[in-house]
Amino acid sequence: MLKVSQLSFAYNGIAALDNVTLAVERGKVAALLGPNGAGKSTLMSIITGQFAAKSGHVTIDGRDVARQRPQALKATGIVFQSPTLDLDLTVAQNLSYFGGLQGMTPGGALESATPWLDRFELAERRNDKVRILSGGQRRRVEIIRALLHDPKLLLLDEPTTGLDVPTRQSIVRLVHELAAEKQVSVLWATHLVDEVYETDDLVVLQNGRVIDTGLCTDVMDRMGKSDLAAIAGGSGPTDQLAGRTS
Amino acid sequence: MNPFNTFRAILTRDLLRFTQQRARFFSALVRPLLWLFVFSVGFRNAFDLGTIPPYDAPVPYDTYILAGLIGMIQLFNGMQNSLSMVYDREMGSMRLLMTAPWPRWFLLGARLLSGTIVSLFQVYGFLLIAAIFGFDVPLLGSLVLLPVLLMTGLMLGALGMVLAARIEQLENFAGVMNFVIFPMFFASSALYPLGQLEASSQILHWIALVNPFTWAVELIRHSLYFSLFWEAAGLVLGFAVLFSVLAVLGYAPKQGGSATTKRSPSERSTA
Repeated sequence: MLKVSQLSFAYNGIAALDNVTLAVERGKVAALLGPNGAGKSTLMSIITGQFAAKSGHVTIDGRDVARQRPQALKATGIVFQSPTLDLDLTVAQNLSYFGGLQGMTPGGALESATPWLDRFELAERRNDKVRILSGGQRRRVEIIRALLHDPKLLLLDEPTTGLDVPTRQSIVRLVHELAAEKQVSVLWATHLVDEVYETDDLVVLQNGRVIDTGLCTDVMDRMGKSDLAAIAGGSGPTDQLAGRTS
Repeated sequence: MNPFNTFRAILTRDLLRFTQQRARFFSALVRPLLWLFVFSVGFRNAFDLGTIPPYDAPVPYDTYILAGLIGMIQLFNGMQNSLSMVYDREMGSMRLLMTAPWPRWFLLGARLLSGTIVSLFQVYGFLLIAAIFGFDVPLLGSLVLLPVLLMTGLMLGALGMVLAARIEQLENFAGVMNFVIFPMFFASSALYPLGQLEASSQILHWIALVNPFTWAVELIRHSLYFSLFWEAAGLVLGFAVLFSVLAVLGYAPKQGGSATTKRSPSERSTA
């Protein structure tokens, strides 16, 4: 579904990504694990066509992002690291706006959102302004927004930043559930080891380089749980990673 | 996937934001009305403009200034949109727009047209109030003006987009007020005819001639009185295309260069 091949990117001559290669298969969750500044957001920006790399390729569902950006993004739902909801609009207005950006009618967007609003326990809040929602609720609205057009690939750039542990856990669980149910491929950028499930694919990024990749348990065996947590630099006990089943 | 739905979504959001931001709504109306009710009335007897095209009789100052104030509404609206785009970029909404599955030129064009339509509501609101209070507003000319307002609004909105692409932070926007809006407004034919500017200062006259806002105002002025001013129309269209192209280029994806050095730990936080 997503293929990144030999991607390099530099800011003012300083390497941010160095020969990065990774793939996310259909219906799989791949965690892009790395400390702050590893290059995760740069990679997400290239995958979504905001940055253009001089070397390497990104394809989504077989479409080259550099040459066929609109067609590639049509299959993609994105949750950015920074919140992007309009605080002065209601939940329904935000969803309707995004649906419109995808070419949907307002009615079609809200119809598509309704089951997700129910499932994410936000049905009662649809006419509330986003400004009065909690951080966790806002994030859930952003995930619903990313799902409105039934994407094949979901890109999540540190979507749990700033949230408390129970809210983080519920979002991680929901995303894994929908990946399994809808066969949506997920690339989840995080620096928190405890957000990764044993069954996930894992790509460990450090200083702009992929230092290991594979099934989470295999990578863990090779690198060691504590080393992995140290590299990621994120809080969260590694015990949770070892004990988690999806 | 229907591009009209995308345009409708962008327009709906702009209209919702415009009506919800009451201070913006009232200031957009009060600013030109203040100029009309106070400035133009105050100077009505001080200026003898004589008969100048497109007017077919000696023109009172409050009638002359009307076209300039319509231009002023669109100039401020264009800059307001540019401020809004810088704000959207800081808040992340711009990323959302630019990752929609449409070509960049279409997304920016939709945003530009949407902002221009918002300015039409302001212009016609202003003209309605001016007419109610007895100012000489040519009613039929105001209707003929509509396509011209779309052109001038697109030109000024595209200029705002060019600026928005260059402005890194919201705090820098005050500079736009001081170095773009005010010079464009004052060094134009909005407040005084080009002929009088030429008689007073050759330099100021030349500045006014190369100022795109002058041609927007003159096009509006002539259209209000059914006078076709092709040169102004051509210049406004030309500037609109130029600014639109520059705006699309300004929002092109950030290009990565070749790495000459590996990152040090202190540099990692920038990635």
